Amino acid sequence: MARINSCEELCNVKAKALEQQKNQKITILVCGGTGCKSSNSDMIVKNLRAALEEEHLTDRVNVTMTGCFGFCEKGPIVKILPDNTFYTEVKPEDAAEIVKQHIVNNEKVEKLLYKDQITNESIPDSKHMSFYKKQMRIALRNCGYIDPAVIEQYIREDGYQALAKCLTTLTPEEVVGMVKASGLRGRGGAGFPTGLKWEIASKYDADEKYVVCNADEGDPGAFMDRSILEGDPHCVVEAMAICGYAIHASKGRVYIRAEYPLAIKRLENAIESARAHGLLGDHILGTDFSFDIEITFGAGAFVCGEETALLHSMEGSRGEPTTKPPFPAESGFFGKPTNVNNVETYANVAQIILKGADWYRSIGTEKSPGTKVFALAGKINNVGLIEVPMGTTLREVIFDIGGGIKNGKRFKAVQTGGPSGGCLTEKDLDTPIDFDNLVAKGSMMGSGGMIVMDEDSCMPAVAKFYLEFTQEESCGKCTPCRVGTTRLLELLTLICEGKGEMKHLEELKELSEVIKDTALCGLGQTAPNPVLSTLNAFYDEYLAHVVDKKCPAGACRKLLSYRIDANKCKGCTLCARNCPNNAIEGKVKEPHVIHNDLCIKCGACMEKCKFGAISKG
Amino acid sequence: MAMDSLSKEKFEELGTYIDSLPSKKGELIRVLHRAQGIFGYLPKEVQFFVARKMDVPTSKVYGVVTFYSYFSMTPKGEHNISVCLGTACYVRGAEPVLEEFKKQLGISCNETTADGKFSLNALRCVGACGLAPVVMIGDKVYGRVTKDMVKDILAEY
Repeated sequence: MARINSCEELCNVKAKALEQQKNQKITILVCGGTGCKSSNSDMIVKNLRAALEEEHLTDRVNVTMTGCFGFCEKGPIVKILPDNTFYTEVKPEDAAEIVKQHIVNNEKVEKLLYKDQITNESIPDSKHMSFYKKQMRIALRNCGYIDPAVIEQYIREDGYQALAKCLTTLTPEEVVGMVKASGLRGRGGAGFPTGLKWEIASKYDADEKYVVCNADEGDPGAFMDRSILEGDPHCVVEAMAICGYAIHASKGRVYIRAEYPLAIKRLENAIESARAHGLLGDHILGTDFSFDIEITFGAGAFVCGEETALLHSMEGSRGEPTTKPPFPAESGFFGKPTNVNNVETYANVAQIILKGADWYRSIGTEKSPGTKVFALAGKINNVGLIEVPMGTTLREVIFDIGGGIKNGKRFKAVQTGGPSGGCLTEKDLDTPIDFDNLVAKGSMMGSGGMIVMDEDSCMPAVAKFYLEFTQEESCGKCTPCRVGTTRLLELLTLICEGKGEMKHLEELKELSEVIKDTALCGLGQTAPNPVLSTLNAFYDEYLAHVVDKKCPAGACRKLLSYRIDANKCKGCTLCARNCPNNAIEGKVKEPHVIHNDLCIKCGACMEKCKFGAISKG
Repeated sequence: MAMDSLSKEKFEELGTYIDSLPSKKGELIRVLHRAQGIFGYLPKEVQFFVARKMDVPTSKVYGVVTFYSYFSMTPKGEHNISVCLGTACYVRGAEPVLEEFKKQLGISCNETTADGKFSLNALRCVGACGLAPVVMIGDKVYGRVTKDMVKDILAEY
C-alpha cells in the first residue's frame, strides 16, 4: 500500500481507479448494510462470484458489496450498473439466474424486478422508482455505490480532494468561513450552526484540541449514522481531518455505540487504510498538517448523545451531562477545547468544501440549507433510509417516497425527533420540513427518525412508550428529569389502564411544562414533548381513556372487552377450552358467553375462534 | 460463585491488558468492555480487581458499571436473546413477541434460564428497522418475527 504524498499523487490514484472502473463493463452492487446482511447478502455475493467464475466473466464483471441502498423494506437489494437494474428480495439461489439471464443473455430477471405498488408493473431501473425520484443524496452519496472497504473507490468519487483543497489552497479561517457561509446546521438534533461551532473552537488557544464525532445514535428508530459509517466511513474520516485543520486540532475521536459491530469494523478499517495511505497521521499529503483518529466505544446510555455527557463518557466516567457554559468548544474533553459534531453533519462537509457554500445554500430552505436524511419506519410501505432537500413536505416523504401506509390503513400520525420529538398529524402533512417548522409544530427534527403510525396505534400508549424510554434513560442527576419523568410515566400508566381521572390530564400538562423549564440537559427538557404533542393533537383519545374507559385504537389491553356474537358462534367450545381463566361459559352447539369480570383480556379465544365470532372493543 | 468462571488465567489476561495501556487516564470504560469480554459479566470480584489495577475507587467502577446498560453484573446465558423494543419494532408488534419469549422460557427480562442456556433482554434499536420486529440471538438477526415464530426459533438452539 503506497503512501500518498501530495495532491498530485492523490489525483493519480483517482485516475487509476477511474480507469479500472471503465475497464469493467458491468458492476453488480450488493447491499451489505446490517438489514440486508441479516438476510444473507454475503451468500449472494459468494454465489454471484462463483457463477461469474463458471461463465469466465470475472474480468468483465465486478461484484461489489456496498453500504445501504436505503430501500430496506425489500432487501436484500442487488443493483446492476450501468443500466441501474434494481432487483429486490434477492435470495442466494437467484445468483446463478442473474448471471445467466441478465449478464450472459442480456435479459432482465422479471421476477426480481421491483413492482410499483399502485400499478403493479415491473420497474426496469432505480431511476424510475418513486422511492428514489424525489431524493437528493449528499450525505448518502456513496452509500450503495462504493465498496466501503476499498479506499481507492472513495478516492475515485473525489474522496480526500476536499481535504487536499483545504491543506493546499485554503487557510483554516477560510475553511471555517466556508462552512459558516454554507449555513450547515448540526444534524444531531438541535440544529446549531456548524460553522459557528468551528469558529468558537478555533479561537481558543490550547496546547491540544480535539475533534469529536458523535456516533452514539441512541434514538430508537433512527439508523442514518450507522448506515453512513457502514456505507461510506471515509467521508467522516475526511471531514474530521478538515475540521482538525480548521480548528487547529491534531486529535480526533469517534464515540460510537458498541451495539453497531459492523459500523465499528468498517470505520476501523477506514481509519487504518487512511493511515496507511498517509491521509491520516503525520504530514498528511506531504504538508505540515498532522491528524489522527481514535475510536471510543459507548456502553449503552441514551443520554451520552448529549455532548457534555458524551465527553464525560469518553473520559471513562458516568455519562452525566453538566451545565453549559462552559461549552465544549471552550472546555471539553479533559478540559481542552473540543468540537463535537454528529456523523451526518460531517458527511456534508467535504461536498461543501468542493462545491462551495453557494451551491449548498441553493438546496433546501433559507434557514435550513441542504438535505436531511430520514429513517422511515413503522407502518409504512417503504421502510428505509432516504435523503431529501430540506423543505420537502411530510406528505411527499410519507406518500410519494414512503409509498403510503401499510395494508391500506389510514394515516394517523408521524412521530419525528424520537423520544424528544412529537407527533404530527394529517393537518401538518403539507408543512415543509425544516428545523424551525417542526419546532413550531410542537415536534423537532431530532436525528431524523420518522415513525409512521396508523389507526391501530393508541396515542396515549405511544406517549407512555416514549416515557418508559426516557424514564429508564434519565441519568438521575437532576430532580426534574429523574422524578418528573417517573411521575409522568405513572400518570400515563393510570390513564392507559383505565384508572385515569380528569385531574390527571391537567397534572400531565402542568408537570410537563415544569420539566421542560427546569431540567438540566436536552434529554429532560424534551422528554415531555411526546406527552404535550399527543395531548394537543389527540385530546379526544385521552378523554376516551379517562371518561369512557375505552381505547379507540384497541391497543390498551386493560381497557378492552371481548364479546361473542351469538349469531356467529357455533358452540364448538374451542374458546372455552383455551381460556386460561375459565371465563367462557356455554353448552356444546349453543352460543357461548364471556364473563368480563373473569376475563384477563389475553385474546386467546379470539385467536382460536374459527368462525370470527369473537370481537374486541 | 463458580470459580472456573473467575479463573486466575482470566484475571491475568485482564491484568496484562491493563498494563499494556499507554495511559490509564480515561480508559475505565475501555477496560470494562475488555473485562466483560473476558469474563462474560462483571461480578464484584472483577470490579475490585479493575479498581485496584486502574487506581480508582471501587465506588467509581461500580458507578460506571451500573450506569451503562451494556455492562452486566449477572452472567448471561449461553444464548443471549435480545428483543428490539425500538420504536419501529414497537409499532410493528415487538411487545407480544417479547411476551411470548417470556412465556416460553419462563423468565423475565434480564434473567437467565435455570439451565443457563438462554438469557433474555430487551434492547433499543439495532438499526435494522426494515426488518421490524427484530430479535437477535448472539450475532444472528431474525427479522419480521411474529409470536408464532418464537417456538421454532427457540428450537434451533
